Amino acid sequence: MNPVRLIGRAALSLTRGIGAVTLFTLRGLFRLRPFHGRAFGAQLVQIGWLSLPVVGLTALFTGAALALQIHSGGARFQASDVVPAIVAIGMVRELGPVLGGLMVAARVASSIAAEIGTMKVTEQIDALVTLSTDPMRWLVTPRLWAAVLTVPVLVGVGDIIGIMGGWLVGTQSLGFNSTAYLANTSAYLERWDVVSGLLKGAVFGLIVAVCGCWFGIHSGRGAAGVGRATKSAVVAAAVGILAANFVLTGLFFE
Amino acid sequence: MIQVSGLRKSFGGKPVLSGVDLAVGQGESLCVIGQSGTGKSVLLKCILGLTQPDAGQILWQGRPLDRRTRPAFMARFGMLFQGAALFDSLTVWQNVAFRLRQRMPDAQARAVAIEKLARVGLGPETADLMPAELSGGMAKRAGLARAIADDPAVIFFDEPTTGLDPIRARRINDLIRGIVTETGATAITITHDMDSVRAIGDRVALLQDGRIAWEGQVPAMDHAAPLAGFLGNTPPL
Ligand SMILES: Nc1ncnc2c1ncn2[C@@H]1O[C@H](COP(=O)(O)OP(=O)(O)O)[C@@H](O)[C@H]1O
Ligand SMILES: [Mg+2]
Repeated sequence: MNPVRLIGRAALSLTRGIGAVTLFTLRGLFRLRPFHGRAFGAQLVQIGWLSLPVVGLTALFTGAALALQIHSGGARFQASDVVPAIVAIGMVRELGPVLGGLMVAARVASSIAAEIGTMKVTEQIDALVTLSTDPMRWLVTPRLWAAVLTVPVLVGVGDIIGIMGGWLVGTQSLGFNSTAYLANTSAYLERWDVVSGLLKGAVFGLIVAVCGCWFGIHSGRGAAGVGRATKSAVVAAAVGILAANFVLTGLFFE
Repeated sequence: MIQVSGLRKSFGGKPVLSGVDLAVGQGESLCVIGQSGTGKSVLLKCILGLTQPDAGQILWQGRPLDRRTRPAFMARFGMLFQGAALFDSLTVWQNVAFRLRQRMPDAQARAVAIEKLARVGLGPETADLMPAELSGGMAKRAGLARAIADDPAVIFFDEPTTGLDPIRARRINDLIRGIVTETGATAITITHDMDSVRAIGDRVALLQDGRIAWEGQVPAMDHAAPLAGFLGNTPPL
């Protein structure tokens, strides 16, 4: 086929796709009436509470490894005492939200897509409609809001655990004094460092939930369809998080 | 009461429905029969607005079913899906009481649900089970209880006996007949089980090659040539 036409067609379908996902997200977020409180509560638990262990562990090991890296890397220019500050800034601004977001993507985007996809292929979504219930409001809205609200909290908890991971390594094996380590951390950490990371968390949460819901609702038929939907949701959420992180970091700190 | 005319739908260039005309009167029980994959489920989904038809009109009480009129239609509607389609994150009673819980307290909704479960032959001990714990026949019954929970005026049954053994199939047929007679609901049943047709239907329509190939009263179907293949007897000459 004519390559110009091919590029044109690709650009058109990309534009159409972005438009459709944007519309889907806005509908999912802002058509709040009637609001299904019970479904929302269940999603707060599913997306937020049950993700705590995996996000916490990720942060703990990341903070610990970061402390080791900065210590040995910093030694090259006699700056190994910057460990507390770099660990805190690195965790709070970058690694906490990104790695937390990726872990939530793995855990939550997949389970949302699989659950909604299965509901679609077993006609449960059609059943919702016949029971006068809008699938967007019943399935999508509670998940989007639960993710937007809980992922920043997860990121915040992860920040603290990550800093504690660095502190553990710093005080137990790098010879830092505990009080000095913590004082150094709080001296160099600014409020915007923390807030920007939490904002990233909210955006990443939205990306995860939108990917899960979108691919679930557009799942193909049969078990194979659900499998493809799940895979696409995780890949799209992970890539989306990394791309959004780059854009947001530029916006926040340039 | 429900009138379908000139309904067309194709998927990816492959026509499934090519001009279906069909009508069901108030309180009437219509069975639509046809081989697998002839578009029976698609026909129901078009009426419900779950699938957008390519052409044709669907009237309910003389008015087109569209964005504005459909909520009123759905409010008095119930459907039993082919695979029951129970919500697997909710217990059986929460499934049955799904509609009721949106406007009454849980205790009251649960009482109604248990009553409806009893109507379909399920004891109160099933109320707190999860759908995954039910056998196929029990899930169909629970799905039936959910369909009738809010006393619908119109009920659709999509292959109510498919996948059930003959004894359970007969019980479901009798249940459906009983419910349809008792409530005076308008019913459309999709099936390829002739026993269902005899048990449930007042009138029967054959869907073939995207159109209604034959339509008539249930007693007349034994003499209808187009149905011979279905009934497994030779066509009368
Ligand atoms: N959403 C869909 N996308 C593509 N093809 C579909 C879709 N729904 C149904 N079909 C096709 O339409 C035909 C009729 O399906 P269906 O109405 O489910 O048959 P049945 O009469 O057994 O209920 C089948 O060939 C099916 O593959
Ligand atoms: Mg079917």
